[in-house]
Amino acid sequence: MLDSYFHYEFVRHAFVAGSLAAILGAIVGYFVILRHVSFAVHALAHIGFTGATGAAMLGWSSLEGMLAIAVIAGMTIGAIGERLQRSDVAIGMVLSVALGIGMLFLSFYQGFSGQATSILFGNIFGITDEQVIQMFFLFLVTVTLLLMGSRRLFFASLHPDLAEARGVSLAYLSMSFMFLIAVAVTLASQVVGILLVFALVIGPASIAMRVTRYFWSGFLGSIAIALVTVWSGIFLACLTNWPPSFWITGILFLGYLAAGIIKR
Amino acid sequence: MSRSIVICSEVSLELGRKNIMSNVNATIHEGEFVGIFGPNGSGKTTLARALLGLIPVAAGTITLFGEPVGKGSRLIGYMPQTTTTGDTARLSVRAIIEAVQLGEHWGVPWCSLEAQQEVDEVLELVELHHLAEAPFYQLSGGEKQRVQLAQALLGKPKLLLLDEPLASLDPYHQQQLVNVIDRVKKITGATILFIAHDMNPLLRIMDRVWYLAGGKAMIGTLEEVISNNVLSHLYNTSMHVIRAEGRIFIVNAESNVLETTCCGHSHA
Repeated sequence: MLDSYFHYEFVRHAFVAGSLAAILGAIVGYFVILRHVSFAVHALAHIGFTGATGAAMLGWSSLEGMLAIAVIAGMTIGAIGERLQRSDVAIGMVLSVALGIGMLFLSFYQGFSGQATSILFGNIFGITDEQVIQMFFLFLVTVTLLLMGSRRLFFASLHPDLAEARGVSLAYLSMSFMFLIAVAVTLASQVVGILLVFALVIGPASIAMRVTRYFWSGFLGSIAIALVTVWSGIFLACLTNWPPSFWITGILFLGYLAAGIIKR
Repeated sequence: MSRSIVICSEVSLELGRKNIMSNVNATIHEGEFVGIFGPNGSGKTTLARALLGLIPVAAGTITLFGEPVGKGSRLIGYMPQTTTTGDTARLSVRAIIEAVQLGEHWGVPWCSLEAQQEVDEVLELVELHHLAEAPFYQLSGGEKQRVQLAQALLGKPKLLLLDEPLASLDPYHQQQLVNVIDRVKKITGATILFIAHDMNPLLRIMDRVWYLAGGKAMIGTLEEVISNNVLSHLYNTSMHVIRAEGRIFIVNAESNVLETTCCGHSHA
């Protein structure tokens, strides 16, 4: 039954794009939780809205616009550092104005409402050939960087004082990681939209980390949960004609509850 | 005389433009247990950071194992004041220590069998092997400190630098941790620099005292340093040493402020 859906190109694109976003989100999400920076995922997704709508206004793809803004914002957050985490009011204000400016850009743009919905809640069945190639390239670069730096990141996230004593530049590491979050958030928002990015990036890792005690079990578990969730979400969306974003976030929420009950 | 592990010669330290200490001289010998004490803001942690090569000396030289500080700092087993942030991750004790074993290198965090065996060895040393698979966040404060101590023992360092391991522990768990550290010292023969707010838990096991106050420092045996004259000189005001029930209290004769109390406080 499933293979009949694969005759459609948009379903194949959805599976590829969804898998790329799921794997990258799961890996980044693992370290996001380890480093206590989940606020950054939320913040970059919202700031990305401005980029996505601005891009639509200028006739670029929303992926390009969002990536540009999210990377700049992410590096800024990384540079400012921990002080930002404590200033929750400032973050709230910046996010509100980012969404406000995004709305302004949207109002200038003709295809107003359809574009808004797909940016906010995702449009995985509308992904083009060109976007899949862009996403694949971004995926390759970031996953390579993450795997190369994962050992150092794991150490420095758990033991920042020790890492500093051994000559790791925490500021540089933090900025590099924010760059990776920005890319992961951009990819994930293509699948579930910016409002639901949090679930796809944080969800799988938090479920996996609730039931595991080691790096590899948590890390690989997170990837497996993300893939199964996105695949099921797309399949169920094909079956029911309900939006995939609903299924993906719904499955992750149930998984989160279940992990809380099992706890190990 | 045994080998000199640490030599501080006319060392001055500054933070920003603020002078923390000047003209500090000290030589620590192999196998010594030296307690580093002083009031809040006296520069205990600054001294630790200088030994680790994280801040430059404003004047003078620090030599570690015959090497200049920085290069020699790599040989220090360091136990920082803050505990790991491993709580939310629900990682096991073993995973937390493996992260240190893996260290700052590039690549994926793959721990070789040999490396895993060393993790077992350090857990054995701090008597935590029975909790190796337990999630870190469920450990008590004293057990978490022992995990911190265990990671400092990786690589069999000849010098241990322990920054306020007793802070935030009650007297019973302070004593328990001191006993573990004493055992580690007997087994490994490591030289130990132990930073603490209160000297009383260490009276039984430390060889010498390094006291910091008023931008000055003095190192020597307990009798040499903890005296009215020396402390009054360091603090630049009249200090009294009170010995009672086998414990030592230092009071400011003028303002009657108790400097070393029976309960350790963390400091900035």
